Amino acid sequence: MDQINLIWQGLPSLLSGTLVTITLTIYFLALGFILGILLALGRVYGSNFLKLLIIRPFERFFRAVPALVLLFLFYFGSSFFQVEISAFMAAILAMGLRSAAYQSQIFRGAIQSIGEGQMKAARSIGMNIFQSIRYIILPQALRLSIPSWANEYAVVLKDSSLAYAVGVTELLRQGRYIVARTFGNALLIYTVCALIYFILVFVGNQTLKILEEKYKIPGYEIKTKKDQSVLERI
Amino acid sequence: MPNVILRAENVYKKYGKLEVLKGISFQVNQGETTVIIGPSGTGKSTLLTCINQLTPPDQGHIWLEDTEITHPNSDINMIRSSIGMVFQHFNLFTHLTVLDNVRIGLLVVKKTPMKEATEISMEKLNEVGLGDKINAYPAELSGGQQQRVSIARALAMNPKLILFDEPTSALDPELIGEVLNVMTKLAEIGMTMVVVSHEMGFARAVANDIIFMEKGIIVEEGKPDKMFNESENPRTREFLHKITELYGGKTE
Repeated sequence: MDQINLIWQGLPSLLSGTLVTITLTIYFLALGFILGILLALGRVYGSNFLKLLIIRPFERFFRAVPALVLLFLFYFGSSFFQVEISAFMAAILAMGLRSAAYQSQIFRGAIQSIGEGQMKAARSIGMNIFQSIRYIILPQALRLSIPSWANEYAVVLKDSSLAYAVGVTELLRQGRYIVARTFGNALLIYTVCALIYFILVFVGNQTLKILEEKYKIPGYEIKTKKDQSVLERI
Repeated sequence: MPNVILRAENVYKKYGKLEVLKGISFQVNQGETTVIIGPSGTGKSTLLTCINQLTPPDQGHIWLEDTEITHPNSDINMIRSSIGMVFQHFNLFTHLTVLDNVRIGLLVVKKTPMKEATEISMEKLNEVGLGDKINAYPAELSGGQQQRVSIARALAMNPKLILFDEPTSALDPELIGEVLNVMTKLAEIGMTMVVVSHEMGFARAVANDIIFMEKGIIVEEGKPDKMFNESENPRTREFLHKITELYGGKTE
């Protein structure tokens, strides 16, 4: 009974932490999405100068350095440059830019898997490069990106818990406060936290699956019957 | 004096060290069909893509009526919108319905209002016999139907000229006829066309002019009668003989 009471009393602060976690995730993903698409387009259609001197080093750096180190660099490093940024802002920059580096790979792969015939056809009816990308390439590339993007969503959502380390009061930190207040109900409280993360990832991935289904191109999906063996299919 | 739609002068194109086009000159009059034939790897397709600048030539000049396409200041997107192109592998936009494939050029490039764009597209789709397929997606159609949609897509832009790059080479034999019929109909109503093809029957029946290309140059050019029956060049005769045997171009 005590346990249930404890969860009940802790729930408001856990939920407010959840809200912060969701907000963080949306910012990370949004920054990563916009910048990721731009980077991917730069990688595919940009000049060598852009690719070698800007995009490649950016991606290499943000994929090679651990998320926690990035967070510390942005949060504690900012004061070195005489700029004052909040922990929240530091988290968005560190994790958003990191996500951009990963999302760029997702979009680049998707764009490159679209045959060059699509671009040729678009250009041949008089579309300029931007119109071709906007109306022909991206609508196809984004559809292809959804499954890998669902992965990125899950990773980014969970990595938002690292913002704990620079003092953002997201879900995990709220949990930690409750544990500290009530002495030793760590297992219970962290289990509730885990459950909330699980639900967030699950709901997000289901939503993306519905999107994938909704926007799939008729006649273009791979059809296999589950109850057939591979040999029968051949 | 017929109106010259397309004029190419001394077109050169190199890929690295490989010279693909070595000084190609020819012209096409309004309402006429020119068929380009030749062994594979002789630059026929490159020549077509040089015309609409999908591969800009290294040297030489190309004019569409009075506009020099190859001029550095020419508005290439504007010019391309008046040159249709039909590809070997159709290249329909896979995420768009048949109707959207045809009208997207009008909507995006020409900024035609939706209602008018739809009317024009419907008219062109009816012309190629696909008025009942407007809501289908490309992957749901046969190769022949896809190619006819791509012809409708080119027609919708009201082009001065349509380039066909081996339009039937990727099709099953029984689907070739429906595409060639549409092309023949276009020739009859006076569309100007440049066709790279191995369909000798079509060339013989429809072409006003046949160009035989080999190794980046034009070996011989002439009326179908002359090319098929009394060509001057032994290579032309040899090639035509071989290709007619292979593709069965109906020897009358």
